[in-house]
Amino acid sequence: MIIKFFASLRERLECEEENWQDTEKITTVADVVTRLQQKGDAWAEVFSEGKILIAVNQEMASLKTPVKPSDEIAFFPPVTGG
Amino acid sequence: MGNTLMISIQEADFDVGAQTKAFHSDAPKIGAICCFTGLVRDFGDRTDLLGLYLEHYPGMTEKALEKIIEEAKTKWPIYQVQIIHRVGNLDLGDQIVFVGVSSAHREAAFQACEFLMDYLKVDAPFWKKERTKSGDHWVEQKASDQKRASRW
Repeated sequence: MIIKFFASLRERLECEEENWQDTEKITTVADVVTRLQQKGDAWAEVFSEGKILIAVNQEMASLKTPVKPSDEIAFFPPVTGG
Repeated sequence: MGNTLMISIQEADFDVGAQTKAFHSDAPKIGAICCFTGLVRDFGDRTDLLGLYLEHYPGMTEKALEKIIEEAKTKWPIYQVQIIHRVGNLDLGDQIVFVGVSSAHREAAFQACEFLMDYLKVDAPFWKKERTKSGDHWVEQKASDQKRASRW
C-alpha cells in the first residue's frame, strides 16, 4: 500500500511517501489514518485537524472508503490551483 | 459533438496565440473560440510577493481535469477543449493557466470556459505556495472559489 502526502502536509510531516507491506488489519481509509496518527506527535497533530482531503487510486475518497493492499492513498490540503 | 481534448501540466510557458490557432483547424465546423489565461498577480495573501511555487499530484491532476471536461460536455455542446496548467517556480506576471473551448456558438464556449476554470480551482489537485521576501507560505483555499463553483 502506497501512501502519498502533498503540499503543506508533505512539509509538516517531512514525508513524501510511505510504502506499507503489512496491511492485514487495514480495510478502510480510517484504519490508515489511525496507523499514521501513531507515528508521532506531528502525525497525530496533523491528522487531528480537519481540512485534509483524501484520494484512493487518484479518486476523491472519505474515511469510510475501503482500501486494498495494492491501493494508492493520498492525503492533501484543499486545492489552490488556477 | 466534442471530439478532442488536450490537457498539459508543464513547467514551460505557453503561447496563447498558438493555442488559439490550434482551434482553427476545426473551422468551419466551429463558430466560437473562448480562451482564458490566468497570470501570477501582485496581490496575494501578502504584500511582498516575489512569485509562486506550484505543486500537483501527477496522474490524479490529469484525471480530475478529464472529469471536469466530461462534465462540461454534458452541459454544453462544446467541440474542443485545451487546458494547460504550469507547475514549479513562477514569477509575478507569468502565465499560469490556459483554458480554451471551441463550439458552434459563443454561448456554449463562454459558459463552458468559465465552468472549467471554476471547477479547476476547486477539484484539480494543485497547490500554490507564495514566495515572499519574508519567507514562503502555502496559500489557503478561498471560500469564494467554492461558492463560484457551486453555483453551476
